[in-house]
Amino acid sequence: MNKPGYFGQWGGAYIPEVLYETFRELKEIYAKAKADPSFWQEYVDLMGSYSCRPTPLTHAENLTRHFGGAQIFIKREDLNHTGAHKANNVMGQGLLVKRMGKTRVIAETGAGQHGVACATMAAKFGFACTIYMGEEDVHRQRPNVFWMEKLGATVVPVTTGSRTLKDAINEAFRDWVSNMDTTHYVMGTVCGPHPFPEMVAWFQSIIGLEARKQIIASHGTLPARVYACVGGGSNAMGIFQGFLGDTEVELIGVEAGGKGLGTGQHAARLASNDASPGVAQGYKTMFLQDSDGQMRDTHSVAAGLDYIGVSPLLTDLWEKGRVRFAAATDQEVMAALDLTIKKEGIIPALESRHAFVQAFKEAGELPSDQAIIINQSGRGDKDIFTIAHAFDDPSWKEFIRKKGEEYATR
Amino acid sequence: MQLAEQIREARSKKEILLMTHLVLGYPSFAVNREVIRQMVENGVDIIELQIPFSEPMADGPMIIKANQEAIANGTKVADCLAFAAEMAAEHDIPFLFMTYYNILFKYGLKDFLNKAKEIGIRGFIIPDLPPEEGEEYLRLVKDLDLAPIQIFAPTSTEERMRTLADHGAGFIYCVARRGVTGSKTEFDASFDAYLARCRKATDLPLAVGFGISNREDVQVLTGKADLAVIGTATIRLVEEKGSEAVGPFIAGLR
Repeated sequence: MNKPGYFGQWGGAYIPEVLYETFRELKEIYAKAKADPSFWQEYVDLMGSYSCRPTPLTHAENLTRHFGGAQIFIKREDLNHTGAHKANNVMGQGLLVKRMGKTRVIAETGAGQHGVACATMAAKFGFACTIYMGEEDVHRQRPNVFWMEKLGATVVPVTTGSRTLKDAINEAFRDWVSNMDTTHYVMGTVCGPHPFPEMVAWFQSIIGLEARKQIIASHGTLPARVYACVGGGSNAMGIFQGFLGDTEVELIGVEAGGKGLGTGQHAARLASNDASPGVAQGYKTMFLQDSDGQMRDTHSVAAGLDYIGVSPLLTDLWEKGRVRFAAATDQEVMAALDLTIKKEGIIPALESRHAFVQAFKEAGELPSDQAIIINQSGRGDKDIFTIAHAFDDPSWKEFIRKKGEEYATR
Repeated sequence: MQLAEQIREARSKKEILLMTHLVLGYPSFAVNREVIRQMVENGVDIIELQIPFSEPMADGPMIIKANQEAIANGTKVADCLAFAAEMAAEHDIPFLFMTYYNILFKYGLKDFLNKAKEIGIRGFIIPDLPPEEGEEYLRLVKDLDLAPIQIFAPTSTEERMRTLADHGAGFIYCVARRGVTGSKTEFDASFDAYLARCRKATDLPLAVGFGISNREDVQVLTGKADLAVIGTATIRLVEEKGSEAVGPFIAGLR
């Protein structure tokens, strides 16, 4: 039998002793909530009244026609309150925080979506909130920083290490080891020490539960394939859980190919040959690290995928051959956007767009009586600065220039 | 002689022992060598050699910076092992490795521990490896007759302390407070109560670390703990005043 918190050989809880009691309490409250059907109902009701759940499954007819293969369906996690699937996890953990009687939440954030979601939850539930964000990501995702601060959170730019998501996680842990009596660490993804991977996956399973019902209702059968982008892996685990038992449904995780798998500048843990088993940030998984075990710098245009490790649940499913992994490059991701906007009027987040890229590569291979689902984990309007820059959009540049002048003269 | 026994023997001659810490390769092995020489000459009893890791989760700003810069300067695990071998051969005090588990895991747990034994390292402090995850580590370290140092925290219950002590050897590292390395610790009544709980849970010698930075701190611990651990303070001192300041600082601690 597996040790608790392990998925195959992956996972575990490599935590400092000072957090032992905190984790014991968290595991206990999580186990109680999981065994209590009224807790899940409270969660579903809250997501229905506060976050637009169930999110729709959109039949992308124009894209389907364009590729001339499988029927393309898009699971619209972008329509959650705050614009991404991150809302599911934070509201779930928020309910647990209330049960634990804690008064402050902290979180790491990469793209800022988890940070905004967490700050929103904190505002609604009346918790104090501090968000740790790599300095590089603060620059990349400025609009989200603005909203977190407006929501009452303190945003701390992290200047250690590579100044991205992994460093924000380290800083959040450093806060937690000082303040665990009052504070809960709302980990944003299905990584970190047990019970986080399992617990966050449980909250995110709401995506897959809905998607399975929706595809059967609108298409009549299960999909042939389900695509999701994978940073830490929470949106992927969310939707995959709806289909894990259906062996005829192929599950595809799409990682950040960055500047190309051959360049070393990417964040593809399972789709490349560059990762190896390791233990960091409290858990065992495949990490992008050197032969000494030092973590490497990763690269992706999408801050939310720019991470050294990957969920132990997904590493296990990859090892068992249940989930196939692919990578999409920065360039492919930018190219896919135009098509999605023009054909469907939908703006996926840079992160989610990785899943679209792989689905677009494969849709034409499948007959038109089959369906595929793309999990659109978030909306792209947060990326306006990155996207406008990549499009080299003249009127946007003019607007920014004028705004700059306006502020400079004040 | 086993580490615990050696500590007890040293303790019978001194009121409190000193354990110091440094990050290997920061700012350089040459400076490490000089700092260690001054530490030993001024009576330090045990030295903790930290092998740098890119994700030092339990450390504060000063030691994070030291880890990062050591790696950026090109410090490799193999260099750390070679340097530790040199120090252990040259100085007649126990040396320990402190690092995070991935360094051992990636090297190959058994190979790392065998190598450490071969070069004369006496024990290990691995803050992210609780006994629940370290079954193989604990078994291998004990087979080699080395000390897998266990850590107590103010949040540890008495039952938990007893469990940890059962897995430990050498001494127990009592983390003086919540938080990370390098900031001030208040030695108040609740600290005394905590140390009393530690004392009750084990017969192993007790080391107290986190925020111990001067003579007053060491004096407070005298009579309550067996070892005072000086970590960030000497790294900061070397940074501000150079390695030659280490000797007088250590000499003035007790």
